[in-house]
Amino acid sequence: MSLLEADSISRRLPEGPVLLSEASLAVAGGEFVAITGPSGSGKSSLLYLLGLLDRPSSGRVLLQGQDTTGLTGDALAALRLARFGFVFQFHFLLPEFSALDNVAIPIRRTGLARAEARDKAQTILAGLGLGSDSAKMPDQLSGGMRQRVAIARALANDPAVLLADEPTGNLDTKNAAAVFDIFAELARDAGRAVVIVTHDAELAKRATRRVHLVDGRIVSDAAQG
Amino acid sequence: MSLLTDIARGMLARRKRQTLVSVAGVALGVGFFIGTAAVMRGFQTYFISQIIDVQPHITIKDELRRPLPQAAELANPGAAVALAGLRPQDRIRGIRAPGDRMAILEAIPGAAAAPLLTGQALMRYGARDVSATVTGIDPLRYPRVSNIAKDITQGSLDDLRTTANGIIIGVGLAERLGISLGDSMNAVSPRGVTLLMKVVGIFRTGIVSLDQTQAYTLLKVNQILQDRPSVVNQIVLRLEDVRQAEPLARMIEARFGERTESWEEQNANILTVFTIQNSITFSITGAILLVATFGIFNVISTVVFEKTRDIAILKSLGFTERDIQVLFLIQGLAAGAIGAAMGCALGALIIEGMAQIRFGSGATSGNDRFILAREWQIYAIASGVAIVSAAVAAIIPARRAARLDPVQTIRGAA
Repeated sequence: MSLLEADSISRRLPEGPVLLSEASLAVAGGEFVAITGPSGSGKSSLLYLLGLLDRPSSGRVLLQGQDTTGLTGDALAALRLARFGFVFQFHFLLPEFSALDNVAIPIRRTGLARAEARDKAQTILAGLGLGSDSAKMPDQLSGGMRQRVAIARALANDPAVLLADEPTGNLDTKNAAAVFDIFAELARDAGRAVVIVTHDAELAKRATRRVHLVDGRIVSDAAQG
Repeated sequence: MSLLTDIARGMLARRKRQTLVSVAGVALGVGFFIGTAAVMRGFQTYFISQIIDVQPHITIKDELRRPLPQAAELANPGAAVALAGLRPQDRIRGIRAPGDRMAILEAIPGAAAAPLLTGQALMRYGARDVSATVTGIDPLRYPRVSNIAKDITQGSLDDLRTTANGIIIGVGLAERLGISLGDSMNAVSPRGVTLLMKVVGIFRTGIVSLDQTQAYTLLKVNQILQDRPSVVNQIVLRLEDVRQAEPLARMIEARFGERTESWEEQNANILTVFTIQNSITFSITGAILLVATFGIFNVISTVVFEKTRDIAILKSLGFTERDIQVLFLIQGLAAGAIGAAMGCALGALIIEGMAQIRFGSGATSGNDRFILAREWQIYAIASGVAIVSAAVAAIIPARRAARLDPVQTIRGAA
């Protein structure tokens, strides 16, 4: 059984345009999937639907075989908290909080006390090579470091699925490669499913599987070495 | 919950100046409310305490609230025929069986009662005639229901009993007559009785109308003067707990039948004025608070607008709509609570500032300053209203924040 499965999902906006039509995709733990395609091909829409951040207009999204279609907003939020980690093109760190607190916030949301959550956050940051920068505010960090803090935040509650939307879009080549390596490692070592959206063909080659979208449809889906 | 409080604090801290302005608005509203309420309540409380101090708390009069049914009506109860042009039966004025009633009234715990007979008389001294209200009193009972003993400046109440036809008159009345303590004068009643009376005491209440027209003598002496032997036309009561006056007055009236008025009924016009006064104060300060509430609405709306991305990211992290709503409600509540606290401090300052003001008018009653009520209830009401309205002001932007679609925000940012 796959970890995360999209069963013929479509997404239409009320005004008419079709973002995604009848996409089916099953992702297993340990897979590192790169979604590619031109701008407006529906890559991000597919990612948000897989991450239960948006609801499909038709079709189903299954998490560990369980249909998520009829779940309430709160139930979806609870699943996002426990099972999913998101990384976006922009780091979206809360500017009022230090790197450490930004990572600790989703941990505290699960009910853990502040001190314990900060301890855990520190461990995660250290694992990403940011152990000594954890007290810094987001605006004191470089772009690459901010994106790594954002990854640390996505990993805060040890999610089964890690979803990233153009995570290297704002980074230079060196930092982009480093971030990509982190994702590859996270998929390989922890048995997570990692799905990233990217338009960088060079980086996409390094994923274990590549899904290509054109005009809201999956046109190719192939494993790659 | 402490997590949401932490995030709320961080968000408000980023908009320090704007937050401060809206908080200051709330503080002004709360502060002025406390100040004006203290003046109003202080004055009203003082005024009422003066009434309670000077006037009897309950007055039983020798009249009925409704005219007695006439003999013709009693003879034909429920008759379908209306009778007109009847000559009403005369009723001898006066409270019946005052001795029995006094015994019942004096058995009420926490109440003191005194029988009175009041009537008019003309005071004649030398070439002057001055009309006065003569009240016949029982010198043992009357001091328990009034301040007369305190008000006497010359002579004494006891001399009423030891002197034949003794009379105690107001200081204004003495001046108008040109009479002094120990002098005798003629008192002439409307019934034509003339008594030679000796001034055994002079009092000063500070209330000009009383000092110029009031005179006291023994109940028995006044009964002779008014030619109404054994008659009492008022019983006045003083209570330990003035709040019992109205219910007790109703009980007495139900039992005795005579018209019985509490101090509240006798001063209903002034108490109504106070009610109007209070509603004006409350509406004005309410308007100030309303403006302050708009300030809070504005800040929270701005924060929601600016924090759209943060809201989206919090939602993607697994925060529920309810979390987001609470997050902004906390900010509104915090602004309201800080404003209320500052307002309480401001209010206390305003009160102490007003306490320093002297009018220098030299009023006879000796009031040359604001009478201020320093009651914690005023602070509690003002703070409560401020915090509740702040929360209400935050609800609309908080709900909007909760409904924001994270996908749209993130897509828009990309």
